[in-house]
Parts: sequence; structure tokens; C-alpha cells
Amino acid sequence: MNRFTKMRHLGVLLVVFALFAAACGDDDATTTTTAPPAATTTTAAATTTTGGEAFPPEAGPAGGVLIEAGAPVEIRALQAISGEVAFLGIDQVRGIELAMEDFGDIYGHAVNLGTVEDDLCLGEGGGAGATVISAQPGVLGVIGTTCSGAAVPAMAIFNEAGIVMLSGSNTGPSLTSDFAGNAGENYFPFYLRTAHNDLIQGGAAALFAFDVLGLTAMCTIHDGDPYTSGLAGAFGNAFEALGGEIVVATSINKGDTDMVPVLTECAAGAPEAIYFPIFQPEGDFILQQRGGVAGLEDVIMYGADGLITPELFSLPEAAGAYFSGPDLGFEGNAGFTGETYTNLVARYEAAYGEAPVAAFHAHTYDATMMLLNAIESVAVQGPDGELWVDRQALRDFLYATADFPGVTGSLSCDAFGDCGANTVSVSFNEDPSDPQAGIANVVFRAGKGAGGEIVVIDS
Amino acid sequence: MQLVKPRSLRFSWVDTFLWAIRIGALVFILVGVFGTLTKALDGEGLTGQAWRELIVTGLAQGSMYGLIALGYSMVYGVLGFINFAHGEVFMSGAVTGFFAANALADAGVWESQPVIGLGVTILVSMATSTLVAVLIERLAYRPLRGAPRLIPLITSIGMSFFVQYTFRGLFGESFKSYPVLPTVLQGRISIFGVDILKTQVVVIIVAAVAMAGLYTYVTRTRMGRAMRAIAEDREIAALMGVNVNRVIALTFAVGGAMAGVAGVLWALLFRQVYFLTGFLPGIKAFTAAVLGGIGNMAGAYVGGLALGLFESVGPLLVLDGWGIPSVSQLKDVVAFSALVLILIFRPTGLLGERLAVEERG
Repeated sequence: MNRFTKMRHLGVLLVVFALFAAACGDDDATTTTTAPPAATTTTAAATTTTGGEAFPPEAGPAGGVLIEAGAPVEIRALQAISGEVAFLGIDQVRGIELAMEDFGDIYGHAVNLGTVEDDLCLGEGGGAGATVISAQPGVLGVIGTTCSGAAVPAMAIFNEAGIVMLSGSNTGPSLTSDFAGNAGENYFPFYLRTAHNDLIQGGAAALFAFDVLGLTAMCTIHDGDPYTSGLAGAFGNAFEALGGEIVVATSINKGDTDMVPVLTECAAGAPEAIYFPIFQPEGDFILQQRGGVAGLEDVIMYGADGLITPELFSLPEAAGAYFSGPDLGFEGNAGFTGETYTNLVARYEAAYGEAPVAAFHAHTYDATMMLLNAIESVAVQGPDGELWVDRQALRDFLYATADFPGVTGSLSCDAFGDCGANTVSVSFNEDPSDPQAGIANVVFRAGKGAGGEIVVIDS
Repeated sequence: MQLVKPRSLRFSWVDTFLWAIRIGALVFILVGVFGTLTKALDGEGLTGQAWRELIVTGLAQGSMYGLIALGYSMVYGVLGFINFAHGEVFMSGAVTGFFAANALADAGVWESQPVIGLGVTILVSMATSTLVAVLIERLAYRPLRGAPRLIPLITSIGMSFFVQYTFRGLFGESFKSYPVLPTVLQGRISIFGVDILKTQVVVIIVAAVAMAGLYTYVTRTRMGRAMRAIAEDREIAALMGVNVNRVIALTFAVGGAMAGVAGVLWALLFRQVYFLTGFLPGIKAFTAAVLGGIGNMAGAYVGGLALGLFESVGPLLVLDGWGIPSVSQLKDVVAFSALVLILIFRPTGLLGERLAVEERG
């Protein structure tokens, strides 16, 4: 055995030893148990505060986090920051950063966002990101995910770890409830969202199509994603409940470019309009190729919030199309710290050199405010500047949110974590040469009534 | 008189299984087509115009698959491995073509002189794709010439990611939308009573011309003969005085140029390009090359056309007849099932493989 080979074997042995050492390390720093774990240290000896109460207090069923004096409050972001919908995830990360800047410290502890994890807008990305985050010590809450499909595995992991998860853009009904008191199939108690529920968007979009546009026969197209299929399904159910007919309900694959077959399938049903709540670039291809399919020359094109971007609105083929989505009329609103949405957008542009490319930064801004406010509200201060945050108390405080002032509107959480203002609007793209005007051209606005029904606000 | 005992027909389990698949597939297809035809006779389903549109769409899409497939097939012919970075060669042309087309549109040439505009864009795209293909060969594959075939194969996957993310770094991750088609290319044209989109006609014709030009080049020129000699037996060709490295580089260049043409044709049909544009068409083009017979240039083109048609027409012709919902989402299933079936019926592809001596073993 020569010298080089010996050194190589020694190196391998060292690596194996290091792996064993890491695996056998102290678990206190990375797990949350009923005994209080430490966020920044591994010891948490009980002391007594000046009020005579034990510190840290006894932990609730989900455990708690002790934050040493001078250590930061740890929150994280799990967003789609690469791939085709990266623009949505990046927009949300910016909303989180602006909210952290506005809220400031919590009892002298800075708030640390750490490294943003990428949910890839896929289930596997959400699961992997959640695993990484939940393995980090002392994380109290996560703002994410971008896509409903990525949320499902992440919710299970965070729920197990007692970490609250707030999303500004998950809209799938299965993540919360059906508004009739039934939990969705993917509901977990540590999950909340400030985005709307697609049952509201689907219902409002269908109401606009049936009542305002007078449509009775429609084709729906989704791309298999839980968000798009859920919204297309909610739209179809609501449209048929109103008396309309979904003549063709079909789907494409993400990554498809040739839309002639699916459009031909739609044309066979002779619809008056096509509702396609999908993403870019597939939505662009549908708009661009629609004119080339016989029978679809005059149908109304009707997209949803995944397509409300200046790029898509500027396509010549997008002229005359309608788009449903969360109501973006935030201008008159002020958030928890008094920051107005108008100011927020100005700061966004100054900080990132471009106007917001989607509406979700506002939703994650509110979600972050809710989380930081909840942490501050339930945190118990120790005698030496420490903080103790009970995870169950944090979750319960968030679920009890009522009339929270957000830049997206007044936020109140229901028993299944739906906290969004749940106001949906429909925009009409009249002139592609001015896409921002098209996005702002709201022709219909509806929201959720007290019993979960759709209530028209403006028409 | 001597009695000759007839040889008994022996079928192995594998033969029986393959025949069962063949018969089952045929029955499935026939029942599906029958179901679709029945719907059509009942006045349901697609109109004749819709079927014609689907066929033309499939041919246009297939033409591009065919052009890209040429690069896969030619490289496999001379080097015996699949260059998985070829989809990115295609993407590089499509993305740089966007900048040329935009500049021409800003200058007014795109609209006023569409032939010149389109020609310049294609030339820019071809030049970029050719350069990228030759660089990949020179930097990544030539140093591995004597290595086991698995090594360049894995390298090609790495190069694919490298080129993708280089373009992402250079030009960003946003979608780039080609300018609106010149007025002369908008709308439809009637050919033999069939209304066809003008862009589809342009795509099919340009692809066919490019294919014919390449075929002539490979079969009628000295360098083309050298390529075929290397594809047949590299060592003997070298002994006969053929500069192997130069001819291999030329093969990459020619394959790249065809991918560059396909990049602009792609943009004519779909307008949106970005750094991941090459991934799926690359996979489909590789499939087309296998479908037509790997190593066979005409086979690559025919395979592309066939794949385009399967994708476009197959779901509505076969699956719709079975009453399966959302059949358009299953077009990839149809396309790859067709590949499997054709290889079961004809293992060397539609026009047969063209492999080197050592490949034929």
C-alpha cells in the first residue's frame, strides 16, 4: 500500500468518524419536546423571575423555544425561488423582508430569516425544505409555501415539529376547509394562510361568468397541480350550481407547448368561454394558439391569478381576456404597523428596483406581521433578557386572530386557519400596451359572506 | 422416400408475452378508433376541419422534433453515445434568436422585410447553436474520446445543466417573447382546400428544405462522405486519411446548425423561450431519433414527424374513443407508448438503425 492510498483511507475514516459524531450529537438543539429546548444553547436551567414565577415556564404539548439574551428570534421562509414560478416566490420573500424591517425587534431580539428554502412548487421540494427547516434549532414559524402542492408534505413535517406555517399564496381548499365546517383532506392544525381559499375564487369567478357575462357553456383547463385542478373544479361546481354547463373539463401537463390538441378538445364542446387557471408559460401558449383553432375565434378567455403578470397582460393575444384573482385594491389599506400599501409598494420598488410582479408580497407581508405580532404577544421574558415562546400558545394565538389590520384587508382566522380577507376581483385586459392598467381594471369584486356564501361587492 | 419431419414451432415465454402485447395493443387501438368514429358518426366529437388542423399541427411539431433529432442521430452515428446536451444547443439558438428578432423588430425590418428578418434571425440562431455544439464537443467530449462510453454520456448530462444555467446567468430566468409575427405570416392559407396556419406552413417547408439540404450535403460532398466513413468505422477511416477530430467537430456543427433552425421555427410557433426551453423538446427529439432508427438521418426526420402526429392526433383518436377524460394531458403517454410499440414490432425503428461496425458487434 503506497503512501497516497494510506492517506486516502485515513481521509475516508475521518469522514466516516465525522458523520458518526454528527449523528450522535445532542438532540436538544434540533428537536422540540415537551421539555423546553434551547434555541441558542443546549441548557435551560429553570430560574425565577422577579415576579416569583418559574422561568422558563412549563412547556405546552408542542414544546417551546428558549431564546437566549441577544440571540435572534428565528423564523424561516419556504418559497419557490427557482423554476417557472420563481417570480411568485421571490415576490413573497420580498414581502417577508419588508415586514421584518417594519416590525423591528421583539423585546430587543432581532428577527432572523435565515436562508430561504426553495419549495420548487413541488411536493418533493416542500418536503425537503420543511425537513431542513425543522432540523434547525428554535425556528418558531415559517412563511410558505408558494404552491399548494408543495404545502401538503411540508405541513405534515411542521405540524410534527410544532412549527406554525403561514402561507401568503396557498389557495387549495383541501389545506383548510370547505367553509361548511369540514376540515380539508390535507388540513393540519399548525397551518394558516392569509391567501384566499379557492372556493371563494372559484365561486366568485363563476358568478361573474354566469351572472355578469351571461355565459352558459364553458370549457375548463387545468395542469394537474392541486392549485389549478382545485380552482378549475371549484369554478366548475359553482358554475353548474348556478345553472351553467361545463361542456369540456380537460387538462394539460406542465411544460406543454403545443396547445392545439387541448384547444381542439375544448372546441369540440362549442364553449362560449375557456377558464384556464394555470401558470406561465402554458397560459401564454393557450392565449397565443387559441386563434388558430377553428371554433374558438370568438370565445372569451378567462384566466386566474397565476397569470396576472405584466408580461402576460402585455401579450397582444391577451387583449379582451378576463382574469380572476385576489383583490388587489389595497391602496387604501394600512397594515399592522400603520404602513400603507402605497408606501409599501414604493419601498418595494426602491429596494428591489422593480414594481411588484404579483400580489402575493402583500399577503406574505401580512402573514409575517401576524407571526411576529403573535410571537411578541405570547413570548415570556426571562430575568436576564431571555425569551420563552410556547409553540402551542403561539399557534392558538394566531388562530384567535380577529380583525387584524393588514395591507390586504382586515384578517380574521376561522377554525381551520383561513385568515385571508377572501375578497376576489376580476380584471379585464382592455389594452395590452398598458398591462398595469389592465391589472388594475377591476370589473367585478366579490367576497365571503358570514356563512361562506359569495357576496358581490362591486359589479 | 425419406420423410422429412416438420420442425415444430417453438415459442418461448418471451415471444408469447410480446405477441400478447402486440395483439392487446392492436385491439386497444382499434377499439379506441372505432369508438371515436362512432362518436363522429353520431355527430359528436371533432369536425373534419379540427382533424385536419390536428394533423398539420402534428406535422409542424414533428418537423421540429425531426430537425433536433438529426443532431442526436448524427452524433450517435459517429461517436456511439447520446449527446444529452443537444436540447440545450437548440435552446441556445432559440434564446439568442430572440435578441436578433427583437432588434430587427425595433428597426422595423421584422415587419417590412419578413424574409430578411426571418433569414437573419435563423442565421444568428444557427451560428449560436453551431458554436455551442462545437464548444461542447471540443471542451467536454474530445478529451474523453478513448473513455468508456458511459463517461461521455454522463458528461453530456452535466453539460446540459451547465449550458442551461449559463444561459440563465447570462439572460435571466424570465420568459422571452418573440415579437408578434409579421403580418404576412399571420392568418391562414388554403392548400388543396385545407385551411392551414401560415406559420405551420413555413415551419414544415423550412424544416423540409433544411433536411433536404443536409441530406444532400452528407450524401454528395467529400466531407459528408467522410462523416459516413467515420460512422461506418472510425479506425479504418483514419487509416484512409480522414481527419477524424475535424469531421467529428463538423458533425457537431451541422447538428447544431439544424438545432438552430429548429430554435427559430419553435419560436415562430410558440413565441416564448427561456433557459429551460430545450429540455422537453430535447427528450422528445431523442425519442424521435430512436423511433426512426438511431444513426439514420432520414429516420430521425421521419421519426420526428411520426412522434408529432402521435402526440397531436393519438389522444383524441384513440383515448377519446374509450371515454377517457382529459385526454390531452395523456399525449406524452400516447407518444411514448407508440415508441414502445413500434420498437416491439420493429426493434430497429421505422427506417432501421445505421450503426458502426463495432456497434453492430
